[in-house]
Amino acid sequence: MQEKIEQLLADATGRDASDFSDTSEDIFANGLIDSMATVSFLLSLQDEYGIQVPVSEFDRSQWSTVDKIAERVKELQND
Amino acid sequence: MVNWISSLPNMSAYGTPTYFIYLLIAILPLGIGLYFGKRFSWYEALISLVFLFLMFDGSNTTQMLSLIVYVIYQTCLVMWYYHYRQQKNASGVFYLLVFLSLLPIIIVKFTPAMVGHNSLLGFLGISYLTFRAAGTIIETRDGAVKELNWWKFIRFMVFMPTITSGPIDRYRRFSKDYRQVPSREKYLQLVEKGIKYLFIGFLYKFIIDYFFAQRWLPFAERMALSQGHHLSWWVVAVAYLYSCDLYFDFAGYSLFAVAISYFMGVETPMNFNLPFLSKNIKEFWNRWHMSLSFWFRDYIFMRFVFTATKKHWFKNRNVLSSVAYMINMITMGFWHGVTWYYILYGCLHGLALVVDDAWLRYKRKNLKGLKSTALTQNVARFITFNFVVFSFLIFSGFLNTLFFGGH
Repeated sequence: MQEKIEQLLADATGRDASDFSDTSEDIFANGLIDSMATVSFLLSLQDEYGIQVPVSEFDRSQWSTVDKIAERVKELQND
Repeated sequence: MVNWISSLPNMSAYGTPTYFIYLLIAILPLGIGLYFGKRFSWYEALISLVFLFLMFDGSNTTQMLSLIVYVIYQTCLVMWYYHYRQQKNASGVFYLLVFLSLLPIIIVKFTPAMVGHNSLLGFLGISYLTFRAAGTIIETRDGAVKELNWWKFIRFMVFMPTITSGPIDRYRRFSKDYRQVPSREKYLQLVEKGIKYLFIGFLYKFIIDYFFAQRWLPFAERMALSQGHHLSWWVVAVAYLYSCDLYFDFAGYSLFAVAISYFMGVETPMNFNLPFLSKNIKEFWNRWHMSLSFWFRDYIFMRFVFTATKKHWFKNRNVLSSVAYMINMITMGFWHGVTWYYILYGCLHGLALVVDDAWLRYKRKNLKGLKSTALTQNVARFITFNFVVFSFLIFSGFLNTLFFGGH
């Protein structure tokens, strides 16, 4: 799942997937993703995994690394 | 009764060193309670009430009445919507509720521009309370607010350390802190941080800002005005001095609010993080008046982009982001007040975000060889800082006084 998420992040930000290869790196603190790209990314997560992530559920500290995103997605899929 | 209240002394929040002495003595029992793992809710409500009363008594009595009516009004709206939302979720009802929640501030902000005097509905801190109430309604719609208790909501709205000027907290975050008592170790860490913030706040607000606000800025303003109704180098001095005054005054105040919150076992979010060191305007808004800009980011920018993308309102993503930046920042301009300089300030920051994005795209495409070095970073800081200072000159309204002799 991590690889797929890296690819979705790359698509949303216009960067290379390799920029997100460190799966424990804080993507907000490093300025890898801005609010605009965050929304595209959330929408692509909805399409890819069929989960609903309302903007106000999106607590940045809970979604800050590729690993954490993968965890959240799994949680939401099981809900 | 009103006459009796009017004759009492008034104490504005964090205004004088004496205020801190009274406040710290008053919250000491709370601190002792938290140290022993107890939250004395009723005592806390009592001292909050006393200090709120002192902020709004004396000559501010009408403001006190406005505050009470306002809080009851917002609590009714939020509670009604919460109960409604458990059963139904119509968009029209949601937008109506958001509008009703914003209505008092819309009236308060537009009244001076329409009739030339302030609205009676207004009181110190109304903008900040509006953010808290409207934010709660929005999160309730998203189903993110899972429990809502009227008493806790009122405590959140009128949380004494942050009532007049923020930082703007979120109901979910606040009520989580409120439900639990921090462990002794955690509470001692909060107290330690709080003491540090309190003293940095003293340094900022009572020492450094004394020179900017009381000495240098008034002097530069007098000199600029004495040159006549046109630009001069003194206006440039006003721009820099005003920017420093604004920062040290507001950052100092925010540090007080955060420190006192920490002493009360509530982790109110920080408001400033060395904003003048930002390398671009986006970073600036992640470091300047953060609780406000994050509110706008989460509740206006992101929600607009989310809806617009889902409904395919724009073919081009760059057009969408530009429109969203402009809406976001112009709304922020209006929130400050309906005057040409606040609105222009909002437009300028919206444009700056658009330009920042365009520059990033250009750089990624055409300037692949440009490496980030100490030099490029400092050039970026220099440009960002000077743009911000220029925008604050507009924001200050000084040009209005200079060119048109008005306020």
